[in-house]
Amino acid sequence: MNRIAVGVLVGGVLGILDGLTAWFTPEARPEIIGIVIGSTVKGLVAGAIIGLFARKVTSLGWTLAFGTFVGALLAFAVAHIGGKYYLEIMLPGSLVGLLTGYATIRYGRGASMHPAPGSGAH
Amino acid sequence: MTRLDDEAVSRLRAAVREPDLSQTKYRLAGVAGTGGMGTVYVVEDTELKRRVALKVLDVPDAGIEARLRREAQVLARLEHPGIVPVHDAGALPDGRAFYTMKWVQGDRLDRRLSRPVPLAERLRLFLRIAEAVAFAHARGVLHRDLKPENVMVGAFGEVLVLDWGLAKVLADTGGLLPARRTGESAVLGTPGFMSPEQSGGESATVDARTDVYSLGAMLHWMAGGNSPRPLQAISRKAMAARREDRYPDVLSLAAEVTRFLDGEAVSADAESVLRRLARVAKRHRVALGIVLAYLAGRALILLFTGR
Repeated sequence: MNRIAVGVLVGGVLGILDGLTAWFTPEARPEIIGIVIGSTVKGLVAGAIIGLFARKVTSLGWTLAFGTFVGALLAFAVAHIGGKYYLEIMLPGSLVGLLTGYATIRYGRGASMHPAPGSGAH
Repeated sequence: MTRLDDEAVSRLRAAVREPDLSQTKYRLAGVAGTGGMGTVYVVEDTELKRRVALKVLDVPDAGIEARLRREAQVLARLEHPGIVPVHDAGALPDGRAFYTMKWVQGDRLDRRLSRPVPLAERLRLFLRIAEAVAFAHARGVLHRDLKPENVMVGAFGEVLVLDWGLAKVLADTGGLLPARRTGESAVLGTPGFMSPEQSGGESATVDARTDVYSLGAMLHWMAGGNSPRPLQAISRKAMAARREDRYPDVLSLAAEVTRFLDGEAVSADAESVLRRLARVAKRHRVALGIVLAYLAGRALILLFTGR
């Protein structure tokens, strides 16, 4: 599976989990469906961006740092809409980005090293 | 009279055994190894400017000569990356039969695996051996002497199955190979890797499952003493005393090993629910680890922020 697909898959799954954890905040429970949908979309977007980055930059360290940053940035945007719970939204969002970054490098297939057809090899 | 010491005698013996390569395009470069039928030399092909392996009988013998020629003919019809290719065959000026084949630079499997090699890599080597043997079976040829000493592993991990001297042709579709009758009570093979029907002298009735047995013995040896339970079950099934209880063919055996490598259930080993859970968890350990890491991190955040 290529790195973008891994990023989208892992980001999406962790996004769902991230949204579901809003259940532990009693005042957020009435809006849980909207939170889960929003969190999933956030995870999918973060996963695609991190996967793209991981395809270009194959370093695990840089991808972890970039994943954490993207996760935090998207979570900040979401928190900013509500105007509250910045830390409570950004910390798990960063964690999603970090783990998605790890998964893209660990699971994803990098760019092909095969010569293009007709390149004259052999 | 001068007495010759043992070393001098062995040198003289080797000199006498050396093939007469005059009037041929080959020049002797060294000895690659010795076997039951003869010696394999490394020779220089002066026309093609390359080194090849030359297998020649130690002494002229009509019976063994026929077997050597047949081995060359069997190899010639088995064109596969896992089977050593034959380049030339004939008789040397001293009358001894020979054939030349690719000179494989590498280690014998038994020597390669005497060093620490991860189990997955051992199993991938096994699958390449099985693939070559399955190809031979598809061409109607049984090896009948599969053992680690008859497999070479090249410098780049390529695997070549050697020594087809005991091969049996089941179906000669091209009509090119002369039938070789093995005495019905002849015992052919190597103890430890030889099937019960071979050691019982039933050479006339052997089929693909005989090589399945030898491959099972090789798998047992290659996996090592403390191999995982499903792998032990696979080699046990392949080495069943009754042919009917073994895998029906080499491809079925290889498919089982592939399933094990992929973390899937193997048919030879009935697993409990607990062991199945453990296998699935192990197979998806990275995905599981990521989810658990998220949950652990989220739990910590909940603990410290209360939300």
